[in-house]
Amino acid sequence: MEQLLQSYLPILVFLGVATVLAGVFIALSLLAGASRPDAEKLSPYECGFEAFSDARKKFDVRFYLVAILFIIFDLEVAFLFPWAISLGTIGEYGFWSMMGFLGVLTIGFIYEWNKGALEWE
Amino acid sequence: MDIANLLSFGLNTLLPILAGVLLISIPLMISVAYLTLAERKVIAAMQLRKGPNIVGPFGLFQPFADAIKMITKETIVPSGANRLLFMLAPMMTFILAMVAWAVIPVGLDFNGNPLVLADINLGILYLFAVSSLGVYGIIVAGWASNSTYAFLGALRSAAQMVSYEVSIGFIIVTVVLLNGSMNLTDIVNAQKDYWNALLLFPMFILFFISALAETNRSPFDLPEGESEIVAGYFVEYSSMSFGLFFLGEYANMILMSAMTVLLFLGGWLPPLDIAAFHAIPALIWFLFKVAMVLFCFLWVRATMPRYRYDQLMRLGWKVFLPLSLAMVVLTAAYVVYGR
Repeated sequence: MEQLLQSYLPILVFLGVATVLAGVFIALSLLAGASRPDAEKLSPYECGFEAFSDARKKFDVRFYLVAILFIIFDLEVAFLFPWAISLGTIGEYGFWSMMGFLGVLTIGFIYEWNKGALEWE
Repeated sequence: MDIANLLSFGLNTLLPILAGVLLISIPLMISVAYLTLAERKVIAAMQLRKGPNIVGPFGLFQPFADAIKMITKETIVPSGANRLLFMLAPMMTFILAMVAWAVIPVGLDFNGNPLVLADINLGILYLFAVSSLGVYGIIVAGWASNSTYAFLGALRSAAQMVSYEVSIGFIIVTVVLLNGSMNLTDIVNAQKDYWNALLLFPMFILFFISALAETNRSPFDLPEGESEIVAGYFVEYSSMSFGLFFLGEYANMILMSAMTVLLFLGGWLPPLDIAAFHAIPALIWFLFKVAMVLFCFLWVRATMPRYRYDQLMRLGWKVFLPLSLAMVVLTAAYVVYGR
């Protein structure tokens, strides 16, 4: 366990260094750059117009749909990883079990396709 | 743990790690700086222009001039923005693009051990996870800016990245299946006889194209789409907060190239098993291959027109996803029955 954690320590250190580096960059630009704000400069950019409305408004539901589809398939990928690495030992039985699982998902995928969930018009 | 123990831990463990981190991150930053110059030079050459050639010989000091200019510009935080998230988003993008490099083996040292900071067993899974997190920087930026363009750009970008991530996941699974390991060093060593690009050629092409989409590069640079949504999610950013996005994106590009090389092009292994090739250090081979893949990134940008958004989504969900899924099944069948 100790050994395992030890091998992840460099990632933690790297995270620290990267954070410090990002902070230094931002701080440098805050120190070196001018700061002369005015109302026009600080307004959101909309091609020269005043902002018409708050930007946090309704958006197309398709983006939401894509996110949901993504969750399903990414979970599938997450299932595949441990299976993929141990396929050599679990052999034929493991292979066909996963084929059953993938088959169910493929049926779902075909259903989505026919329902038009993958269309962008 | 008393003071003496803590001190020796710091000296013996943390200090070498810190040196390693700096040895990776500083060359990485310089590579990013010169990648921007290379991009401008390559595209200029393809369009029969000269590109930057004023600052220093052949424009070689241009990246530094750009950096100084970027730092001395005014940082603007829009009045409607969520200040904390607005500043955090570029930092997030930058940090994630950096930490992914902790597990990339860049070559071999003189004893034949891999040159890598953290040789973890789940290397490829770690890379997959970190590159997935990259989408947060973008969506936070789009949300925090409180600007219509930024919001639309962030939505587009997030949808695009998650779409192509699924196929990248499947492609990585095929590689793991074939090589039987998630450790990047083992994956490279497993390619001693044949590179994965030969055995999994369609996956190699798919991975490269997905990498273009994942890094929001042309021809999939719709999130930035300067002719329609004026740079998308970072439209409100200026100065170094923009610079961090920029650095992060280019570091991600190099990361994706490095992943392509490690997964498909045999990492630091020479293309032919002959003595003359083995005389060249592994690190040089690795860097050379990464540079070649990066050149393809730039080449694509100079030659391909931008996709339409519906084409992009169709390609991701209706072509790449079924193809890569089928290839997972095929590769698995080969692993179980073929050998």
